[in-house]
Amino acid sequence: MGIRERLSGNEAAATAMKQINPDVVAAFPITPSTEIPQYFSTFVDNGMVDTEFVAVESEHSAMSACIGAEAAGARAMTATSANGLSLMWEMVYIASGMRLPIVMSLVNRAVSGPLNIHNDHSDAMGVRDAGWIMLFSETNQEAYDNLLMAHRIAENEKVLLPLMVCQDGFITSHSIENIELLEDEKVKEFVGEYHPKHYLLNKKEPIAMGPMDLQAFLFEHKYQQAEAMRNAEQVILEVAKDFEKMTGRKYGLIEEYRLEDAEIAIVCMNSTAGTTKEVVDALREKGIKAGLLKVRVFRPFPVEEIGKALSHLKAVAVLDKADSLNGAGGALYTDVTSAMYLNNNNVPTSSYIYGIGGRDTTTKEIESVFNDLVEDSKKNKIENPFRYVGLRKE
Amino acid sequence: MSNMIEIRWHGRGGQGAKTASLLLADAAFNTGKYIQGFPEYGPERMGAPITAYNRISDTPIRIHSNIYEPDYVVVVDDTLLESVDVTAGLKEDGAIVINTTKSGDRLKEELKGYKGKIYTIDARKVSMETLGSYFPNTPMLAAIVKVSKIMDEKDFLEDMKGSFKHKFAKKPEVIEGNMKALEMALNEVKEIA
Repeated sequence: MGIRERLSGNEAAATAMKQINPDVVAAFPITPSTEIPQYFSTFVDNGMVDTEFVAVESEHSAMSACIGAEAAGARAMTATSANGLSLMWEMVYIASGMRLPIVMSLVNRAVSGPLNIHNDHSDAMGVRDAGWIMLFSETNQEAYDNLLMAHRIAENEKVLLPLMVCQDGFITSHSIENIELLEDEKVKEFVGEYHPKHYLLNKKEPIAMGPMDLQAFLFEHKYQQAEAMRNAEQVILEVAKDFEKMTGRKYGLIEEYRLEDAEIAIVCMNSTAGTTKEVVDALREKGIKAGLLKVRVFRPFPVEEIGKALSHLKAVAVLDKADSLNGAGGALYTDVTSAMYLNNNNVPTSSYIYGIGGRDTTTKEIESVFNDLVEDSKKNKIENPFRYVGLRKE
Repeated sequence: MSNMIEIRWHGRGGQGAKTASLLLADAAFNTGKYIQGFPEYGPERMGAPITAYNRISDTPIRIHSNIYEPDYVVVVDDTLLESVDVTAGLKEDGAIVINTTKSGDRLKEELKGYKGKIYTIDARKVSMETLGSYFPNTPMLAAIVKVSKIMDEKDFLEDMKGSFKHKFAKKPEVIEGNMKALEMALNEVKEIA
């Protein structure tokens, strides 16, 4: 079952898009996601997809074109990174506010300045409150799988929200690795056709989309978006179940790795989860009960699952690949500790900022975090929860 | 992970070290292995030092970081020996393969007492004789396959023939030269005493 291949993360994303064969792709190139529209445009040119490829002049226009296409009733996709997403920002909110299930590949990169083309999660964290579903991917395989599941989630009537699939720039986007692909027909059948209930090109139902929305209604509409985001949790799990039936690959809101009987654990997202698994195994050999909680679904934030999954631990470290620069830890840390509080969970938990601007994260650094946790687990209260790993201090 | 082989490539922008690492990943993939092939991206420009990496394993590879303690190092351009610490972290039971015509004694001196095995190959000679111009990556690819024994040489040649057919679909006249470069390189790579 499946097709054994080796692809980079960008190739994997472009392949998923080819198999999904959306009506419209509008994108503007930016490192490290450039290859996605580049490969995709060759698929268009070779007649392998029926997609209308819109080579726009900026990312603001890319998102605008996706919005126009989706509003008209088409299925639209895009890809970007860092400052490309920054330039889209205005339209990113409009996409979710108009309840348009656009799917984006976000190849994570540091947002300027100073200028840096390498990986961190500052681009994704900048849109965490924009009303998009956000899936994170450890590997090229997960970037591919998440994209195949994306439309089924986003287009579900109970959801109708745009969705972005994140993966680490260069680390997975430019690394060739093994992957198991699905046959085109299986993807086609799984993703299904898009038949929106309301759309602009429906002659039988003339409607307006995205008009002025003042005191009388915006509040209710924002509430509906929040409700849709809450609904998404269940839909994500249902789609994952179907996906598992087809592929054998199981996806949840979070992934727990040797967490059940762990005493200390790291929480992180994307490629660092793989490196952490390696370290967890090495520490287990030494008798240290280490574990990992990988957050796959960052929006909606799985409050209950995370609160529960961490409740039995003696110390936790949350790794953020973006500093919120608020003096109070990263965004994932804030969300995780809030989830723990709501679960009456008082485990000592620290924030670690790491990997900023492409700083390589090694097994040694992950091990040093676990070593800190061993010390933390001996105390009831930790003094300095706002920490850094891999930072040069001289 | 005990069965995992880690390789670090040192070259200069434009010499094809990144391509060679991807071709090696391809060849190993085709023998059924799990692979990673990735360059370390910097401000790339022609002639600047670049690094690329390979992990090759019988089991899925989960680690996502650069390689600091490689089993093998490949140096595509020996002028790098002056400016880059190419043996940094290199395991002593591993080996380094260098494209050079320098003497063994001189290399030992330049490698600052590296105790593992040192292999050399004159990739310029191989490339000029077989391809008529200087593309060091093809001979270096064969050299690392020979030294690391990650796959059977015959399987490797067979597989590369397929890869070249695909890669050079639009200029099939260079396939034969590239195959000759691989075969010659397999014979030319020598361990220094």
